[in-house]
This record gives sequence, C-alpha cells and structure tokens, in this order.
Amino acid sequence: MSAPQRKTDIGPPHFKQFLPPVIQKNYASWKYHEVLRPGTMVHVAESGDKVWSVRMASPRLISTDFVRDVCDVADKYCDGFFRFTSRHNVEFLVSDESKVKPLEDDLKKRGMVMGGIGPRVSNIVHTQGWVHCHSAATDASGLVKVIMDEFIDYFTTKELPNKVRFAVACCTNMCGAVHCSDIALVGVHRKPPIPDHGRIPNMCEIPSTIASCPTGAISPDPAKKSLKINNDKCMYCGNCYSVCPALPISDPVNDGVAIVVGGKVTNLRTAPKFSKLVYPWLPNNPPKWPEVTNAVKGILEAYVKGAQKHERVGEWIDRIGWEKFFKLTKIPFTFQHIDDFTFARETFRTTAAFKW
Amino acid sequence: MPKKYDTPLLDQLEKGSYPSFVTEIKKAAVKHESANDLLGALEQCYKDKKTHWKHGGIVGVRGYGGGVIGRYSDIPDQFPGVAHFHTIRINQPSGFFYNTKALRELMDLWDHYGSGLTNFHGSTGDLVLLGTKTENLEPLFAEVSSRGWDLGGSGSAMRTPSCCVGPGRCEWSNIDTLDITYSITQEFQDEMHRPAFPYKYKFKTSGCAVDCIASIARADCSIIGTWKGDIRIDQDAVKWYAKNGMDINAEIINRCPTKCMSYDGKELQIANEDCSRCMHCIAKMTKALRPGKEKGATILIGSKAPFVVGALLSWVVVPFMKMEPPYTEIKELTRKIWEWWDEFGKNRERTGELIERKGMRNFLEAVGLDPQPAMIREPRRDPFYFWQPDELK
Repeated sequence: MSAPQRKTDIGPPHFKQFLPPVIQKNYASWKYHEVLRPGTMVHVAESGDKVWSVRMASPRLISTDFVRDVCDVADKYCDGFFRFTSRHNVEFLVSDESKVKPLEDDLKKRGMVMGGIGPRVSNIVHTQGWVHCHSAATDASGLVKVIMDEFIDYFTTKELPNKVRFAVACCTNMCGAVHCSDIALVGVHRKPPIPDHGRIPNMCEIPSTIASCPTGAISPDPAKKSLKINNDKCMYCGNCYSVCPALPISDPVNDGVAIVVGGKVTNLRTAPKFSKLVYPWLPNNPPKWPEVTNAVKGILEAYVKGAQKHERVGEWIDRIGWEKFFKLTKIPFTFQHIDDFTFARETFRTTAAFKW
Repeated sequence: MPKKYDTPLLDQLEKGSYPSFVTEIKKAAVKHESANDLLGALEQCYKDKKTHWKHGGIVGVRGYGGGVIGRYSDIPDQFPGVAHFHTIRINQPSGFFYNTKALRELMDLWDHYGSGLTNFHGSTGDLVLLGTKTENLEPLFAEVSSRGWDLGGSGSAMRTPSCCVGPGRCEWSNIDTLDITYSITQEFQDEMHRPAFPYKYKFKTSGCAVDCIASIARADCSIIGTWKGDIRIDQDAVKWYAKNGMDINAEIINRCPTKCMSYDGKELQIANEDCSRCMHCIAKMTKALRPGKEKGATILIGSKAPFVVGALLSWVVVPFMKMEPPYTEIKELTRKIWEWWDEFGKNRERTGELIERKGMRNFLEAVGLDPQPAMIREPRRDPFYFWQPDELK
C-alpha cells in the first residue's frame, strides 16, 4: 500500500465542520446559560434554541479506545459532535432535551464521572511527568489521580466558596499553569546538578549552558574542557539540564513536591495573581503521595471553612492575610518562604499593621 | 499482547473513582508492544522515584523543523518497545471541537502507526499523539496531512495558538476567538513549522476577562475580548435573581471592585464610566447583565512560566483593538514584535524578558505604540528617566 500524497502547511482543519448544527445556527448569538447539575448546563440562544452540555471527567492521557467510546456516545446522543474543555474534560453537546437524561444515565452505566461545572473542583491541568518527560522531578498523572480521587465529591456534587483550580507541574519549567492556580503542585530538586565531565565536551555547548543559568552559578572548567558549578549559587531550577544533558540533576531521595497557592488567571473581582509558596518540599512518595494529599486537604479545608462566597483561594488569603493563613493551616513557616530571588523586595512587609 | 510486567505500584492507581491513566495505558497495551513497555518503564520510574526518559534528539518530518518531540528511554535494553517513543503534536481545531468521523479515522491511523496513547490535549493545546518510532513519522504524516490535519509547533517557534470556546457556546464572548485563532494559525504557518525565533512564542485568545484559556498567564501574546459602552441590564431578570434567593447587595454590589454599582431592592444601577469590566457581575447574573455593544480586544504581551528569572503575567500594550477579519492589525503588530525580538532577543529569551531587559519604552517605540495610562498599574517611582534630543531645546 503506497502512502497518500502528503501536504504541508495546511494548518488545522477549519473548526466550522466540527460545530454541531445548533451551534452553527446560533453562533455568536447566545443569550444566557444555567447550571442544571454539577455536570450539566444549558445555553440558550437569542433564537430560543438550546444546547445542553454534559461534562465528563477524563484522565487526559487516554487510549484510542477511550476516544472511540466517547465517539460512540456522541453518535448516539449528539449527532456525532463533542468537544474537550481547556481543562481536558469531555463535553457532550446535546440539542435535543429528551436525550440529556438518557445520555447521563448511559455515562453513569459506563462508569464515567460527570461534574466540574460551577463552584467546584475541575479537572487538573498537568504535565507529562514520568510518563514522557526527561526533566520530571515527580510524576504528574499519578499526583492528579490521587488528588482527584481525594476531592471527587467536590467534582461530582459538593460546592465550594468558588472554583478551585488545581494544577500539577512535574518540574519548575511548569508546562502546566502552576504559577497562577488556586492550589498547585510542582516537582522540585534540592541539590545542584553533577557535571559528567566525560560527556560534557561532546554533548554540550559550553557558552549556551553557562548562559542558561539564572544565578550565574556555572563557569567554564578549561582544564577538563567542561563546566563547574558553584554550589552556593545554584538554586536547582534545572534549566541547565534542559540545555546540557550531561548535567543530571534528578535525585530520588531529595527531589520532591512543593505546593503553591492563591493564584488565579481570571480578572473577576481582583487582578490575576501568581501562586505563592506554602510547602517548600514534601517527599516524593509514589504511588499515593500521602504527605502531599494530606497537605492539600488541610489547605482546602481551611479555605472551605474560612472563605466567603465567591472568594477564590487567593482572594480569601488576601483578606485574612498570610500570617493568619499560616496560623489557620498550621503550615510551618521557614526561611524558604521568604523570597531571595528576582521579585523579593516586592514581597517584604512594609507596614507595622499585621495580625497576631 | 499478553501482559508483560507486574505493576503493583501503578495498579494502586486504578482504584478510586476518578478515571485512571493507568487503565488507559493498559487498554493500549492490549494492542501495542510500546504501550506494554511504557507500563513497565513507568513502574520502574515509580520504583526508582526518578524519570527514565532522555532528552529529545532531532527527529521530525521532511520540511518541518518542529511538531515532533524526540523521546528516548535511558533503559532501552530493559524496555525495547519504548527505546524510541516520540511525541507528535497535531494542531487541534479551534475550541477543541470534533466530530466522531474525523476522530475515529485519526485513532485508526494512530493504532496503526503508534502506541494507541494520546493526550486530549497537551498544555499548549495540541492534540498529542504519544509515542512512536522514527520510521513511522513520515508515513503517519502523509496519512494525517492528506486527511486535513497538520502538525503543531515546538521549539523556538510560534507555538500552536489556542482559545476558549468563544462564540461557539458562550454568551460573554466579545470576539470570535475561534476564527481569530484559525486565522492567526494559517497566517503564520511558516513561523510555526520552521523554528527561527530566539525562543517560543505563544498566542492565546479569550473571549472575555474571565479568561478560560489562561491567556494572561500563559501566552506571549494574550488577546482578551472586551467592550466599550454600557453593560446592558434586564431589570426583570434582576428581579428574577432577587426572587430566586440571590443576595444582590452581598454577592454583586459589595463584590464589585470599582464600587460602580448600586441596588435599592428594586433596580440595579451601574456607573459605567467607573466599570473596569472584570466580569464578576455579568458572570453571576448571566440572565440580567450583558457586555456593552462595541466589541474588541485588549492585547497584552509577555507572560510566561517561571523559567528562568521568574513568572510574568502579560502587560497591556493595546487597550482596545477592533477584531474583525482578516485581523490585519494584530497580524501587523505581531510582525513588528517579532522583528524587534529577532533583532535584540538572546537565545532562549522570551518576549516579556526582552521587554524587561530593554525597557517598555524601547519596545513601544519599536512597534509604534503610544504611551497610555491603561498600560500601567502606577507611574514610575524613581526620578531616573530618559529624554530624547528632539524633546529638548
């Protein structure tokens, strides 16, 4: 069998062919929507037409058979159309109300989980981790699975003060939106890379490796035609390892998971915020990471107890103050919490007014 | 394929009610040796508490400089099925909409040429085909491209643009996010497929300030829909919310960041000239409140994750830009930004970092934008600033 004629630079298929008829007809003419159940909402168009969206959880890393199962459901109830959300959930788009309930029942029968709409936990934006990445300090899919299992009720039923957006990044490169999430986990290293002098001369470009270090900790080692690391300056970001594979940094004992909280991307009420450090390091303890899930549970419980309606985690903390956040959550406050990097001076307290 | 490896650690991640990625790998492992070996290799990572993947080598398809990420195992003798396990990024359709015919075809091809494992979707938005061998890349590309699919971006290139659901299914969308994304992607195919930039450049387009695609945090160019003019109020619908139990003063009026709203128990009033269009009231009273009628976008530049000197959020550079096909203004601005970045950017320096290094004024002058208060949170605090000769006598 000869291969068909390849084409280049055609770009993605035009989205219009993938829009269900009800959406084509009412494109840009939606009037309002209502959340009917944690996994079901209805959008109403100016024309009076309606489209029901049924949101289903997905682990993001899915097999071709998973996609085929989704296709079977979409053929049966949605005229063969569906979409994914920006947080990796599946959304079935139904234009016939009489098919909504049977669709939900069918998904339940297949063991699928529906939810994530409204003031709840949604699916976790995450990275490849040990499944597929060279620089991962921890796994991503495994952490996502244990966190979602722990908080499944907040996906399927229970409400929170507002949405809580989790994210997981398996290293500080942060391919996930960890730097602006309500509660985020990030894989961290704690020891400098160890130069492999045997491989560096052949494998790495010396100037670009030196330039990759944000703290100027790397210098040439002319005698060995290699590189030296100033261990006092290194803060273990791993950027040099991305540029030079002969600077291995991973360390099964000292690598682990940090937790950052209080970020948001939306402009609702308050400006978008970066997530801030609350746990500098917790042990990498696969497959269940009990220390990490417990820590997240403590933060989420404090938020549920203390936040006012519509406050995101970061808005709640801004109102009560970080000193009270650490008191409520009983998270030990350490030197690691005080910034000594690029944006440090913006983070020091410059008022005598704070809470005991 | 018969089961090859015992995976006691991963098996624990098949319990619990959230769908399991381990179950998915096992499903693919029934048909694919590579997925079977991925299971073994991943169990090894869980045992050793470290990754067993090496850096990507240079692999790809003819005529392209990106779209395929080379991936090799560091224990290939133990797990030969994943000795090569390259990722292919397929440019997703705008808004992640699909039909079943197209996806079934794609899945059949992927079962033929790859591991049977995918990501819907990768962090940037691509439809990710996870794991195949070098020799499968060309035939797979011929198959998928002849059916209307193309590769996404990787490396120092324009990355695959992505967007929120927009006018497809959202009443708040002020711009056609789906069409803008398609148009930008088509316009810059060469910049996406043949990496020639100092580093990556991402576009993300959101229909409103709720920003469901996280454009302000994750795109070098964030396009965020907004409006001018008064928020449209349906007072009958306001009454409906009050009647249905909403405490309008507590939930809406007191949460308004600019205090531009009032409610006397009967009518909702908005002082529109003081509204900053944050979307809170509209998002909570979707039946009663709708954005104003003159639509456009705010263009913000520079956001990125922390590597290397810290994370950045995008900065406002164009407070209001009309967004109508063929979107000439944003495309021209983009070309000017790239020209400046190309000239002054260092290797692996993102646009935002270059703006920090060279100064916002330098950037604005280079791309031809006038200074405006909307660009800043506050004016400078220091007395150290430049004058140009033509500003002096």
